[in-house]
Amino acid sequence: MALLQVQDLCVTLNTAHGPQEVISHINFSMEAGDKMGIVGESGCGKSITALALMSLLPRDSQTRGKIILEGRDILKLNSNKICSIRGNRIGMIFQEPMTALNPVKQIGAQVSESIYLHLKLTRKQTLERVSELMDKVGLPVSKFGLNLYPHQLSGGQRQRVMIAMAIACNPEILIADEPTTALDVTVQEQILDLIRDLADSSGMALIIISHDLGVIAQTAENVMVMYTGQSVEMGSTMDVFQNMSHPYTYGLFSAIPHVGSSVQLDRKRLNSIPGQVPELHLRPRGCNFADRCSRALKICKDKEPMATRVADHHQVWCYHPLTCEDKK
Amino acid sequence: MRIFLAKRVFTLILTLLVATLVVFVVLEILPGDPASVMLGINAETETLNALREELGLNRPVWVRYTHWVADLITGNLGISYTYDVPVSELILSRLTVSFPLALLAMTLSTLIAIPLGILAASNHNKPMDFLVMSFSQIGIAIPNFWFAMLLTLLFSVTLRLLPAGGFAGWDAGIGPVLKSFLLPTIALALPQAAILARVTRSALLEVLQEDFIRTARAKGITNQGALWKHALRNALIPVVTIMGLQFSFLLAGTIIIENVFYLPGIGRLIFQAISQRDLIVVKNLVILLAGAVIVINFMVDLLYAVIDPRLRGGQDV
Repeated sequence: MALLQVQDLCVTLNTAHGPQEVISHINFSMEAGDKMGIVGESGCGKSITALALMSLLPRDSQTRGKIILEGRDILKLNSNKICSIRGNRIGMIFQEPMTALNPVKQIGAQVSESIYLHLKLTRKQTLERVSELMDKVGLPVSKFGLNLYPHQLSGGQRQRVMIAMAIACNPEILIADEPTTALDVTVQEQILDLIRDLADSSGMALIIISHDLGVIAQTAENVMVMYTGQSVEMGSTMDVFQNMSHPYTYGLFSAIPHVGSSVQLDRKRLNSIPGQVPELHLRPRGCNFADRCSRALKICKDKEPMATRVADHHQVWCYHPLTCEDKK
Repeated sequence: MRIFLAKRVFTLILTLLVATLVVFVVLEILPGDPASVMLGINAETETLNALREELGLNRPVWVRYTHWVADLITGNLGISYTYDVPVSELILSRLTVSFPLALLAMTLSTLIAIPLGILAASNHNKPMDFLVMSFSQIGIAIPNFWFAMLLTLLFSVTLRLLPAGGFAGWDAGIGPVLKSFLLPTIALALPQAAILARVTRSALLEVLQEDFIRTARAKGITNQGALWKHALRNALIPVVTIMGLQFSFLLAGTIIIENVFYLPGIGRLIFQAISQRDLIVVKNLVILLAGAVIVINFMVDLLYAVIDPRLRGGQDV
């Protein structure tokens, strides 16, 4: 049995234009120790997907489908049971270390909170666990102390505290939502290394969300490319990155500079994807990407594409996927 | 923290000095001679001269100012012209009414407002929220002197449970004093509580939107737990600010309520001293109240630092 199965996940949020489906029919499954990446532009539903897994969406949202954690559909659980899963079985690291920590609480107290909530250890054991965690994330208590406040730490150090909080109860799944986006480039690598090492050593499944293809390539074994709340391409990172089939995935790749590429040498402009992400209430009937896609056929505008198999573990939601010749 | 405290105390003393200067200068540049203002236009020249001598008006300005500041420090404020008692004694006896009353009203208001604000915030957009907010709206809309009269009408005239006014005096014991304080306390506290409950609610609702609340929820804490353990302390800054303003108001701004209930407090003393042109009393009362506001603000600043470590300044932990 898979550790986590997400089946036909749909999320509807209340917006200024009434209820809008922001996540449509997401499917994936993970085993213990898997590392999955979710990639896409801002607003494509990556973070909403993560919050749905944590059941942390706004109260007036609706979630349909199934999120099965070890055989139990967590969407059917009452709020007490969900609280016993959050922070305990699934940990989450957020994007903004500056605002994600409580400014008036000492970091020790913030890290120990989920241990108190879920593990029911004694005071002494909790303290030991906290200092063990602080060692793990590279903020040894001997040097940093537990009575510091978040504003006394740098962005990278705060993100380390976030990580300590997220892994405090040895969760089976760690969700990292853009964990390095708000950090300096020099610190990004360290934080990514830390997350990867922790996942490797503890056997946690890792869901890493990023708009940065490099982060995904370094970290994830599998990747799901999202566009306007839908998965457009999914498969092993190797397959998807080497044999990208969806025009949107290809567009994402063309939009990043490569060292030594013609862009650098000739000072040409970087490619960008024409047009804009359609607003929620203005989405086309067929493929959401059709209006921006140079390969769109008539059917693309009329009917939503179904998943097509490209390789064993590689599927694409497109009527007219790219082939090797197209990319030359 | 020590540096922060030293800085604050220094600012406090400086502000108090500036306040004495402002009060002194304002009263100095007022047109007319204080002695003739106090004695009226029909006063004899000899009486005027005697009063001028007594008030030290013949001495240079800076001598009078420094003497006054020295007097303020020693508490020797002179004799009230109309009451013929030492001003310090007069003010002190009125303070034994106003200060406990303000403290009681503030306590009652806080005990009502903060739980109601929390209740409303934790039931945001639910019937309980609307109920609390409706009561608060009514509480803000009702003028407190009218509310005071309604209280008197019910509890003193109809039910005959409590005195309609007057102050029993501390010699009569704590029971009668509390009885005479009860209605004024309620009349002062409820309108203040109405405002404070609103501030508490909106501050909490704002904090509940913050990222760190989501982080706390992600750790598995319940909604209520996140509110109590994470949101409340962060929401206290605006609440404490309003409480400081309200306490300053309660000390000095209770003229109407003190008049409705015939309480010999500071508010009534100011009112009477102004109408009787007792400038010595007015000057010292004004600086006392200004000083009280400054000291309250100082304490509010200290509370900020207790609540939020970011406001303590410096990195010394």
